[in-house]
Amino acid sequence: MDMKCDTIAAIATPLGEGGIGIIRISGDDSLEILNRVFRPASGQPLKSRMLTYGHIVDPESGAVTDEVLAVYMKGPKTYTAEDVAEINCHGGLVPLKRTLSLVLRGGARLAEPGEFTKRAFLNGRLDLSQAEAVIDVISAKTDRFFDAAIDQLEGSLSKRTRAIGNKIMDILVEMTVNIDYPDEDIEELTYEKLTSDLKSVIADIRKLLSGAGSGKLLREGIAIGIVGMPNVGKSSLLNCLLRESRAIVTEIPGTTRDTIEEYMSIKGIPVKLTDTAGIRTTDDRVEKIGIQRSKKILGEADIVVFVADASRALMDEDVEIMKGLSQGRSLILLNKTDLEMVTKPADIEAFAPGIKILETSLISDDQAEALEDAIYNMVGEKTEQSAGGSVITNVRHENALREALSFAEDALKGAEEMQPLELIEIDVSGCRDALGAITGETTSADVIDEVFSRFCLGK
Amino acid sequence: MGTYDVAVIGAGHAGCEAALAAARMGKKTILFSMNLESVAMMPCNPSIGGTGKGHLVREIDALGGEMGINIDKTFIQSRMLNTAKGPAVHSLRAQADKNRYHIEMKKTLENQENLHLIQEEITEIIVEDGKASGVVTRTNTRYGAKAVIIATGTFLRGKIFIGDSAFMSGPSGLAPSIDLAENLKELGLSLRRFKTGTPARALASTFDYSKMTEQKGDERIVPFSFMNELLERDQISCWLTYTNAETHRVIRENFHRSALFGGQIEGTGPRYCPSIEDKIHRFADKERHQLFVEPEGLDTQEMYIQGMSSSLPEDVQRDFYHTIAGLENIVITRPAYAIEYDCIDPLELKLNLETRAVKGLFCAGQFNGSSGYEEAAAQGLMAGINAVLSIDGKEPFVLGRNEAYIGVLIDDLVTKGTNEPYRIMTSRAEYRLVLRQDNADWRLTEKGYRLGLVRPERYERFLKKKEELEAERQRFETTKVTPAQVNGFLEALGSSPVAGGISLAELLKRPEVTYENLSEVDPERPVLSYHTVSQLEVMIKYSGYIDKQMKQIEKFRKLEEKRLPENLDYLNLEGLRIEARQKLDAIRPVSVGQASRISGVSPADINVLLIHLEKMRRSGGGES
Repeated sequence: MDMKCDTIAAIATPLGEGGIGIIRISGDDSLEILNRVFRPASGQPLKSRMLTYGHIVDPESGAVTDEVLAVYMKGPKTYTAEDVAEINCHGGLVPLKRTLSLVLRGGARLAEPGEFTKRAFLNGRLDLSQAEAVIDVISAKTDRFFDAAIDQLEGSLSKRTRAIGNKIMDILVEMTVNIDYPDEDIEELTYEKLTSDLKSVIADIRKLLSGAGSGKLLREGIAIGIVGMPNVGKSSLLNCLLRESRAIVTEIPGTTRDTIEEYMSIKGIPVKLTDTAGIRTTDDRVEKIGIQRSKKILGEADIVVFVADASRALMDEDVEIMKGLSQGRSLILLNKTDLEMVTKPADIEAFAPGIKILETSLISDDQAEALEDAIYNMVGEKTEQSAGGSVITNVRHENALREALSFAEDALKGAEEMQPLELIEIDVSGCRDALGAITGETTSADVIDEVFSRFCLGK
Repeated sequence: MGTYDVAVIGAGHAGCEAALAAARMGKKTILFSMNLESVAMMPCNPSIGGTGKGHLVREIDALGGEMGINIDKTFIQSRMLNTAKGPAVHSLRAQADKNRYHIEMKKTLENQENLHLIQEEITEIIVEDGKASGVVTRTNTRYGAKAVIIATGTFLRGKIFIGDSAFMSGPSGLAPSIDLAENLKELGLSLRRFKTGTPARALASTFDYSKMTEQKGDERIVPFSFMNELLERDQISCWLTYTNAETHRVIRENFHRSALFGGQIEGTGPRYCPSIEDKIHRFADKERHQLFVEPEGLDTQEMYIQGMSSSLPEDVQRDFYHTIAGLENIVITRPAYAIEYDCIDPLELKLNLETRAVKGLFCAGQFNGSSGYEEAAAQGLMAGINAVLSIDGKEPFVLGRNEAYIGVLIDDLVTKGTNEPYRIMTSRAEYRLVLRQDNADWRLTEKGYRLGLVRPERYERFLKKKEELEAERQRFETTKVTPAQVNGFLEALGSSPVAGGISLAELLKRPEVTYENLSEVDPERPVLSYHTVSQLEVMIKYSGYIDKQMKQIEKFRKLEEKRLPENLDYLNLEGLRIEARQKLDAIRPVSVGQASRISGVSPADINVLLIHLEKMRRSGGGES
C-alpha cells in the first residue's frame, strides 16, 4: 500500500516552460530529505519559512548539480498541512528531474497524480467542493495507469524485471518452505546457496540499472559532445541547434570548467550538449589542447558530433580525432559546404568508415532539422543497445530498482553473517515488493502458492 | 428445555474453546455434541502444534483458552522445531495421547461453572427477526439461546470415501449431521464442499522398528502453557521411514481405483495435506516420500502413519503399506479414508466470526473453511468471546494482523477467503518477528484479563514475568563487563574479543552468545522462569530487527484505524471501479486497512474511499 503517510515529492510546476521549476516535498521526513540533498551557501541550518540560497549536492558523489533556492515549512500551515519543503530549481526538465531523482533517492516517494491535493483535502486544507475534483484526478489516473501498465508489460524492462523477480521468488519459496516445513523431506537451504543466489540477483539488478545508464539517456538527457578543431563551425552548430529548439533550458555556470554545457530538447528527448566552443585560442598550443579536450568528450558523451571544415584540407589533428570515433554513437558534420569544398565526404570515409556524414552549411533552419533527425535516429539506436532494449525512462522504476538493490544487498549481508533465515527473509521480501512495484505483481499469497506447487508437503 | 445465553453446536476443538470462553466470561452456556465420546477428539494426526500452529496454541493460552493446558497435561512426546533458525519461528509440537486429551478436556468441561455439556444432535437453528434465538434437537427439544455458535467440523453432511465405496459418515465412523445443513441453507448461508483425509492406523506390535529411524522427544521439555514451567515426563518415540519405487508402482497401478481420481469427490482438498496417491501423481519424479509412524496414545497399540493418507481401496492400501521398510507386516486397524463435508464461505462472516445473514449466529473451525485442531480452537475461542460481547452489546473483540496469528488467521479467512482448507503458516504473517511464541502472553494476556477470561492466577503470573523481564533487561543494559572479564569466555566461543567495557546486552547480541552461556561471566544473575528468559533473549538479540518491524506496524495501523461505516453504499460510490464496488459491498470491511486487502480493490480505489470518508466526516454524516 502506498497511501500511508510517507513523504512524497514531485515536480510542482508545468514542465519545460518558465525559467524556474519547483520540486515540492510533503510529509514527516521533508526536512530530513531536503537536508540530504541541499547545502545552504551560508552553511547555516535551514529555518522554517526562510528562502535560502544554496546548492543541490549528490550525496553519493558529492558533486554540485544545481544552484537553487530552497525553503522548508513546518506544518500544519502549509498546502498539505504536513511538513513541506520546496526547491526552486532552474526550470529545465533535465536539472529538475535530476534533482527530483536525488530527492527520491533521499527517501521520498514519487507522488501520484493528485496526491498533494488529496493530502491537502484529507488534512482539512481544501473545502468540500473540491473533493469531486480530487476523485476525478485519482480515478482518471487509474485508466492512464492501466495503459501505462500495458506498455510496461510489453516492454523489455518489465520482462527483465520479472526475470529477476522470478529469481527472488525462487529464493523466497525456498526460504518459506525451510521455515514453515522443518520436518519435511526437503533440501535444506544452505547459506552458500542463498549467498550465491542473492549475488546473482544483485548482479542482475545492477546490470539493469547500469545498462539503463538508463535514466540518463531519456530522463536526465543524452550527452552529446561536439568536437573538432577551432573555427570549423562548432559554435554555429550549437547556435543553430539552440535556435531551432527554442528551448534553451538552462546553463549552469560553475559546473563546467573547460567546456560549456547547454540543455535542450530534440523532439522531446532531453539533450545535454557539451561543447569546447568556450576555449580561448590565444595560445599556439591550442591544437594540442583541442585534441585533448575532444578526446575527453569522446570518452564521456553518449553521442559525439565531429565537425570538420570542408573548405580546407584535413589536418593531422582532425584525423587523430576521427580515429577515436566509434560507429553507432558518432556523427560527422562536414561543414561550410557553401564554400568551395576542399575536403570531400570520400576523404573522410577513409578515416572513419561506416560513420554517417552530414553535409551542412549551418545557416538555414532546414539544415538544423536534418541534423536533429540524424541525432534523433541515433538516440533511438543508442537506447536500443544500451540495455538490450531495456531503458528505464521512469524515475519511479529506477527508484524501485535501487530500492530492490538495497534490500538485496542487506539480504546478502545477512546471509554472509549467517543470520537466521526469517530475518534475511524480511529483506528478500522487501526486494520482491520493490520489484513488484514495477511489474505490478507478486504478493505473499503467490509465494505460498508456489510453495505448494513445487514441494510435496503434508502430513 | 431451558434458556441459555450461548449455545454451541459441536464439541470439537473449536466448540470446546467457544463454550469454555463463554462460560468463563459468566454466560450460561450449553455445549451440544452428537456423541460425548468424541469431545475434543483428534480424528487425524495425534499431535498439537508445529510451525504457526504452535504459535496459535500459545496465543490461545495467553488469552485464557484451554488447548495449551490440555496438551501439557496429556502429551507423550514434545519437540521444539526449527531451533536451527531464529527464535521468531521456533515452534513447539507435542504428540498427544489422544484418549487422554479427550478425557482431560471432557473433565474440564464437566467441571466448568456455567457450562452444560450434553449429548444431542442439533437439526435446526431458531431465528427470529433475523436473529438467532435458539436451537432444536433431533428429538424436537428446543433450547433458547441469545447467541448460537456453529462448530460442526467435518460432521456436516460428512461423506467418507474408501476406494469406490462412499457413504455418509462423520469422521472415524461417527454419525454425520445431515439435517442441520438443510436448515443452514434456509437461513441464507451458502454452503460448499471441502475435503480432507487421514492415513491408516496399524498395530504397534506389527512394525519392524529396526528398519526405521527413531525420533525422540527433546530432553528439555518446553511447555505450551505460560502457566507451566519446564516439564519432566517419560516420552515415547516416533519413527521415520520412506516409500520406495515399489510403493509407487503399487499406487500408480491403482490410480483408477482411487476415489480422488475417480471423480467421486467433488470437494476441494488442501494442497499441504495431499493423499499419497496425489503426491505420487503430482510429484512423479520424486523417488521417495517420508513418513512418520506416531503412537496414538499410551493405552493403545494403534500407530498413526503420518504422510500416507489415501482414498484407495483397503486391499491396495494394505499392499502399498506393506512395501515400506518397517511396515512389511503391519496389521491395519483402521483404513485410510477421505472425507468430504459442508462448510461456509468465510467471506460471509464478519471479523467477529458472526454471519452477516443472521445476527447472533457465530461460526468457528473447519466449518469456516480452515483445517487443523489449532486453527479450529483459535476461532472457537474468538467466536465464544464475541458471542458474549454481542449479547452484552459490547464492541467486538478483533485481533489485528500485527497483534496475533489469530488475527492473521481470521482476517485471511474473512477478508481474502479461501479455496481450500486453510492452514496457518508463519509466512502468512507480515510481522513474524513481533508475533513470536515466547511473547504471546506479552501481546495478549492483558486483553484476556480485561475480557474476564484470564483468571487472577494467570494474570498475576504474567505481571510477575513482566516485572522480572523489565528488571533483567535493565540489568543487562546497564551492567558492563571489562575485557579482562569476558575475553577468555569470548575466545572459547570463537567470538572476537572486545577492546573496552561492554554491556551484557551488547554481548548477548552476538550470534554465539546465549543467555545461558553468558552466565559464565555473569555469575550473580537472578533465578528467572523459563518464559522470562526465552523472551528476554529474543528481545535483546533481535532488538534492531524488531524495532524496524514495530515501525512498519505503526504505518500499518494508521489504515487499520480508519473505520468504514457499516452501512456505506459502496455500489453508488462515485470513482470506484465496478469490481471494487461489488467486492466492498459483499465483504463490508470495517476499516480502510481491511478494504485494502480485498482482492480486486486497487490502491486507487482506496484513495477514492479515503476522500469519500473525509467528505462524510465533514458533512457530519460519517461515523469515522
